[in-house]
Amino acid sequence: MINAVGREIPEEILKKTGKEPFKGAYVYDNYEYTKAAPKARTMMDPKRSKLVENIHDVLVKCGIKDGMTISFHHHFREGDYVVNMVMEEIHNMGIKGITICASSLGKANDPIVPYIEDGTIVGIQSSGVRGKIGEAISTGKLQDLAIMRSHGGRVRAIESGEVRIDIAFIGAPTCDEYGNMRANGGKSDCGVLSYAMVDAQYADKVVAITDCLVPFPNIPASISMINVDYVCVVDEIGNPAKIATGAAKPTTDVRKIMMADYCTQFVINTPYFKNGFSYQTGVGGASIASTISLGKIMEERGIKMGLGLGGITTPMCDLLAKGLIDKIVDTQDFDMGAIESIKSNPNHIEISASEYADPFNKGAYVNKLDFVILASLEVDVNFNCNVVVGSDGMITGAQGGHPDTAAGAKCTIVIAPLLQGRIPAICTNVTTVTTPGETVDVVITDYGIAINPRRQDLIECMKGVNLPFCTIEELRDKAYAIVGEPDPVQFGDRVVGIIEGRDGTIMDVVHEIKQYEFKD
Amino acid sequence: MEVKKAAVAGTLESSDAQVTVEPGNGSIELSIESSVIHQFGKQIRKTVLETLDRLDVKDAKVNVVDKGALDCTLKARVECAVYRSNDITENLPWGGVIK
Repeated sequence: MINAVGREIPEEILKKTGKEPFKGAYVYDNYEYTKAAPKARTMMDPKRSKLVENIHDVLVKCGIKDGMTISFHHHFREGDYVVNMVMEEIHNMGIKGITICASSLGKANDPIVPYIEDGTIVGIQSSGVRGKIGEAISTGKLQDLAIMRSHGGRVRAIESGEVRIDIAFIGAPTCDEYGNMRANGGKSDCGVLSYAMVDAQYADKVVAITDCLVPFPNIPASISMINVDYVCVVDEIGNPAKIATGAAKPTTDVRKIMMADYCTQFVINTPYFKNGFSYQTGVGGASIASTISLGKIMEERGIKMGLGLGGITTPMCDLLAKGLIDKIVDTQDFDMGAIESIKSNPNHIEISASEYADPFNKGAYVNKLDFVILASLEVDVNFNCNVVVGSDGMITGAQGGHPDTAAGAKCTIVIAPLLQGRIPAICTNVTTVTTPGETVDVVITDYGIAINPRRQDLIECMKGVNLPFCTIEELRDKAYAIVGEPDPVQFGDRVVGIIEGRDGTIMDVVHEIKQYEFKD
Repeated sequence: MEVKKAAVAGTLESSDAQVTVEPGNGSIELSIESSVIHQFGKQIRKTVLETLDRLDVKDAKVNVVDKGALDCTLKARVECAVYRSNDITENLPWGGVIK
């Protein structure tokens, strides 16, 4: 069946998953449903301890068995040790058929690939995967379908009961013996524990894993003891050098700086740029440069940002410190500056992934965004974006909050250099759709800027603005004139993964990658 | 032109291609490895074969390791490798057989 973004979703996949094809970004507005609830076990005897000696014992106490679903968060990013340490123990115990439901997985988790190959792990549900796990999925090594969900979509899947978590393993930079977890004050600080909050509320068993046990009570807690079954102390939960890097140096790449300047000029010429506006941006060079250049204009004109949202970097915290932002609400910290800011600035506040982006709660922050500045691997002439599958067909990225913020923001801007080497970012058809074009308003490249024709209001207010506007087709044609028209990737028949829409429908499927063959 | 001995042109840097030519066994034997093989494999092969044809090379083993080079780069690397295999590094026929 062809879905609303023109993608063929095979009938067998619809049947196997019980899901519907994607029908539109706001079709599920006002939808009524009943939330799932976890199985809980009481704690009445004050003499009983939650402390467990090691990962093996905690797995035994939680009743680990074949076929379970276990969950992790990715706040330790490329410095994460928790996923690998738990999976190694599960593997050593001979357990099979595990599904991992993680908020994301990165290259740090490459060591679990052998457990995919030997059937310890059969399912992966994540925002995305990079490195060797992506290769393993794309080459057909995972037994079940991989499911890629946005950050908001993951919360929806858990609270609607679509996925049931048997055991949640939550790495905590500090924790007390009763399970109160905080993201700061230890040796592996990650700033916030936003993505793990839904796991703590909805998993049957919740295990805190820490390398810094602190005196009771460890408050104010990101995750409260009321949801925690066991506490396990290990030597190291992560590599601090890779959890948070120093602030990225502002880019000196003139191409990125030019695109950032285009972006800032666009933003300040919209009606949304006024006192109290809300804004989110990513961690890429052009995004950070646009935050810096926007900050200068805010300062000149005396316009303050009311709300800064999202994954946070140092340049946003600098604007907060200067009094140019009223509140930052934070779901993830990308560098040391952001972590220091949330420790010390009372206007820098931790929120849950549900508050951030969940389409199935009663109102998330993304719905309040004026602007979101995003990147994309590919954008097609219908403004559909691909942030998960590389142009070579290999799974190599993550949805993150891309579809959530695009759907929520009044003005969604995607910045992409027209060409990455020989690969055109603007193309006729993206390899895989992750974010529907109806939610993407503007595409900024180094060769020109295209406004989505659905946004006649934005086209109207840019009349007379001195920026290189053109159509998205013109951008594609410019790209193809330089590099040639790319052939579509040669995929195999087997579907290895699905890209889930934030409402739980199927946005697209990912096929197994095939060895390239010259045809003729 | 005849490929008289093994010769190399180009690098393995991003957006470049490394082209190796060797004397052949009576025909063109072409192998291509590319970071963009799925999207541009056909075009790379076409460009390399056309360039060899223009230089009148009929008998060679040609190996291309491509890192996303544009067609103009591929042509230049093939031309350079073929001329190097003939020890010709000066007085190249610019505007003639070298486009």
